[in-house]
Amino acid sequence: MLTIGGHTFHSRLFLGTGKFSSAAVMRQAIEASGTEMVTVALRRVDLDNPEDDIMSALDRDRCVFLPNTSGARNAEEAIRLAHLARAASGSSWLKLEVTPDPRTLLPDPIETLKATEELVRAGFIVLPYMNADPILALRLQDVGAAAVMPLGSPIGTNQGILTAFQIEIIIDQARVPVVVDAGIGAPSHAALAMEMGADAVLVNTAISVAGDPVAMARAFAQAVEAGRTAFVAGMGCRGKQAQASSPLTGTLATDLGFLA
Amino acid sequence: MQIHLNGSPKTIPDSMNVTTLLQELGVSPTSVVVELNKNIVQPDCYAASTLHDNDQVELIRFVGGG
Repeated sequence: MLTIGGHTFHSRLFLGTGKFSSAAVMRQAIEASGTEMVTVALRRVDLDNPEDDIMSALDRDRCVFLPNTSGARNAEEAIRLAHLARAASGSSWLKLEVTPDPRTLLPDPIETLKATEELVRAGFIVLPYMNADPILALRLQDVGAAAVMPLGSPIGTNQGILTAFQIEIIIDQARVPVVVDAGIGAPSHAALAMEMGADAVLVNTAISVAGDPVAMARAFAQAVEAGRTAFVAGMGCRGKQAQASSPLTGTLATDLGFLA
Repeated sequence: MQIHLNGSPKTIPDSMNVTTLLQELGVSPTSVVVELNKNIVQPDCYAASTLHDNDQVELIRFVGGG
């Protein structure tokens, strides 16, 4: 089973809660996904709609609540959001996101490392969202990240695992869990990440904007489980030359000798 | 007097505190976190936190996000 920050997870699918059409659909999708970790964001209260409260729609007994620092453009803003998140949630879990460029939403590696170091010192369980950079992953785990979250492709793009080569190195080297985050657009992408040996995946857009988010959540749960089972079972090696699946000995007759 | 509430100017009566501000706005105190001049106000300090002219007040809550 997967353990992060001292908490054991049975499901290796983490779910983002953005962009669902309603709280009811979100609740059903969470249920169908079997997830035990959901992310949320922090924003100013909409004073024209002061009753709107996502917390009432989430079951915190079933799921770890992972606030993110989305919107932060540097370490200072992320740290401020982290403290607000801890005050609001009463827990120290944090998905650290520092994305200075709104066009790409790619994470700033230097600010992410700085913020991780400071937040770990302040007692947070930090899961940093990061580019798929193996050296950065090592640096982040060295300063105390509870897991690393390399991106498959940019947030919300549904492009899948464009960073497979680097993610494989990160997984090989990691002493902390590797959660592939961002860009996972289809269950097959999630299965691929799990087959590669990722410890978990985080999915949001692909589920929340699907035609049927509840069915899609179920599909992702199945894909994550299949990918994980395949990884544990041991995947075959890739090769360039064909290797016969059927025996090449004991063929019937000389006239079938071309089979040998 | 005037405060800056979530980035916008807002005129409020003198001697208002965080508790009475939330009441006036219709915001449940348990669903938000309050930042006053960039310092987080603990819920048990809301009533004692009197607001002053030009205070920067942020009311933050969780929303859906990835």
